[in-house]
Amino acid sequence: MMGFIWFWLVAVMIVGYVVLDGFDLGVGVLHLFLVRNEQERRTTLASIGPVWDGNEVWLLAGGGTLYFAFPLLYASAFSGFYLPLMIVLWLLVLRGVSLELRNHTDVGVWRALLDGVFGLASGLLTIFFGAALANVLRGVPLQADGYFFLPLWTNWQPGVHPGILDWYTVIGGLVALAALTLHGALWLTIKTAGELEQRARRIVNPLWLLLAALTVVSLVATIAVRPASLNNYFNYPFTFIIPVGVIASLAAIWFFNRKLQPMKAFLSSCGYLFFMLAGACWGLYPTLLPATTGADRDITMSNAISGPHTLAVGLAWWGFGMALAVSYVVFVYSKFRGKVDIDSAGH
Amino acid sequence: MTAELIHRLHFAFTITFHYLFPQLTMGLALLIVVLKSVALKTGSQQWDRAARFWGRIFAINFVFGVVTGIPMEFEFGTNWARFSRLSGGVIGQPLAMEGVFSFFLESAFLGLFLYGEKRISKVMHWFSAVMVFAGSWISGFFIIVTDAWMQHPVAYDRLPNGQFEVLSFWQLLLNPWALLQYAHNMTGAVVTGAFVMSAVGAFYLLEGIREEQARIFLKVGVIAGVIASIAIIFPTGDLHGKYVARNQPAAIAGMEGLFKSEAGAGMVLIGQPNEETGEIDNPIVVNDALSFLIYGTTKAEVKGLDQIPRDQWPTALPLLFYAYHIMAGLGTWFVLLMVASAFLLWRNKLYTAPWALWALLLSFPLPYIANTAGWMTAELGRQPWLIYGLMRTSEGYSNTVSASNGLFTLLGFMGLYTLLGLLFTVLIYREISNGPESTSAHESHAV
Repeated sequence: MMGFIWFWLVAVMIVGYVVLDGFDLGVGVLHLFLVRNEQERRTTLASIGPVWDGNEVWLLAGGGTLYFAFPLLYASAFSGFYLPLMIVLWLLVLRGVSLELRNHTDVGVWRALLDGVFGLASGLLTIFFGAALANVLRGVPLQADGYFFLPLWTNWQPGVHPGILDWYTVIGGLVALAALTLHGALWLTIKTAGELEQRARRIVNPLWLLLAALTVVSLVATIAVRPASLNNYFNYPFTFIIPVGVIASLAAIWFFNRKLQPMKAFLSSCGYLFFMLAGACWGLYPTLLPATTGADRDITMSNAISGPHTLAVGLAWWGFGMALAVSYVVFVYSKFRGKVDIDSAGH
Repeated sequence: MTAELIHRLHFAFTITFHYLFPQLTMGLALLIVVLKSVALKTGSQQWDRAARFWGRIFAINFVFGVVTGIPMEFEFGTNWARFSRLSGGVIGQPLAMEGVFSFFLESAFLGLFLYGEKRISKVMHWFSAVMVFAGSWISGFFIIVTDAWMQHPVAYDRLPNGQFEVLSFWQLLLNPWALLQYAHNMTGAVVTGAFVMSAVGAFYLLEGIREEQARIFLKVGVIAGVIASIAIIFPTGDLHGKYVARNQPAAIAGMEGLFKSEAGAGMVLIGQPNEETGEIDNPIVVNDALSFLIYGTTKAEVKGLDQIPRDQWPTALPLLFYAYHIMAGLGTWFVLLMVASAFLLWRNKLYTAPWALWALLLSFPLPYIANTAGWMTAELGRQPWLIYGLMRTSEGYSNTVSASNGLFTLLGFMGLYTLLGLLFTVLIYREISNGPESTSAHESHAV
């Protein structure tokens, strides 16, 4: 029971991270292509300025929760995915610093460099996050002691001894890149006005088509790579509601963007991310990290869960703490609601 | 180089670099609340301007703290997997609580403080500063709780599979070690903030520019500085030291270089511990002082390394000894300088005393060194244990991550952090040159 609760609590925090940091990552990628002048760039970056740092907290809070609820998983996955995680850390460092620094220089060359670093780091992060999820879905070569170590790539084939990157995980990375770039574009249609808003709205269409295609490809690929992903769905057929939700939210993005209802389109995109992640979690459940070396080595909810006292203590503060946290998030977003206007207010 | 050494260096390097930023963040957060409070109470534009200036310094510093802090949580899993697997149920809790209770609060209100001044009332803006202060100090608390459990494990049980689990939320948070270490550490952060603020004030006055702002910086910096510099020795350092002496005798013996147990043990002011001969070379000693400091009487016996099995001696004994002495020596300098400066401030002579201003200006790096040395004392003193008395460091690192892979990413971090250090220096220098009257730096922050 405790395992069940914490599995879904961690999943909720991951969804929170993807939905929130997702749009600022997407804006990071998009600003490279979308803006035409310094004014527009400042508007674009100001739309995420007050919130990106708080969005990133979901990653830390989720990581911490995973750490104490499933220490075996945390230890095994983090040391096994050592190299890509270190690269992710470097990208997070570069991204945060470049975004802050561009506010502190008037020199065009430096701004161009920092903007480039910010965009590139944002794009690579989305790809790494997508690939990371795909690695979990595909499984890793767990040893008998519960550990593994993956090289960055081997022969680009999923199998018993794959690399971090193979054709399947690359697809995962591309899905994340497309989904979060679209998510970022929809955010900009809410937060910006005029020509910039128009351009953001127009770019939604090609991104949507790309995402729809990649979604289908990734679905087929997942079933091919790990057929067991379907077991839960066939055992509980009503859970096919999840893929239906994916399709419905995709359709709603298209529909509301056409109808010039940016907030609803953005929320639909949140829904898409939610259903995709929920679908992945349900495909795994109750496994946390499948082994390519034999199902008896899978890291599961029951063999990774912390002791009962730890979880009882955790549950005592978690609900209260997250309620507080959500109230701050709501508060800040409501204070900064509406279109960005970089002339009306200053520091 | 062994994998164990590489993983230790990896964590040591990244955490040492990281903590250069939060110590100023936490210290400044308090001083900014002081500035904002005076501004709110008196309606003074000058104090508001000072708060805005330090808010800009804070913002840069905060971002560097955030980006260098994220790797720390990850490294528990990546580089210390065997430790995390066994202890995650305990130390994962305060780490998660830091995110949930502190980072959400801090990031939300910092956004409001930096970007929202024109969207919210004066009181609300002041309140944002208070919340940023609260967030950063709560964050410090959870990190200290994590470290304190490794130093002095409490409220735990072991499951049949060897994992630790926590038995009581309150006992974990109210670990006496954590409370003492927290008081000592946060005072150290205020020392850093006070010295940095004083140094900028001294710089402006010596240069003969922005004198009104400079006097505000010096007034706040020196008053905070004299209080914190005294408090870091007495009572916080004193109490913490006594607690360490009772619970980690090997650490105290190593810090003091006490090879032989002695009644009426002397305190070595300077010297070089010689592990071969078991003596301090070239010592300058104050007789009986150590016994008195720890037990309040000059006759008490202090346990030396001779009573501790060799395999439980701190592994980097000379470094532990030096780190402690550097911290204590600098701490003494802080009191002398700040008491003298506070006296001059009281007599209204500080602003026109070039020697004092020069001393304040040149001393700003020293609290960074002292805070770093203090943390080295705590962590090297804990060795060879990862969890004191329960798990050795050699049992905790990720043995699936080879020394070669560890070195690869350590070098990566060294390169990246060198770049960050340069950028940070340039940015802060630029803010200080532009001064409080400039508003251009964060204009593009506007929303």
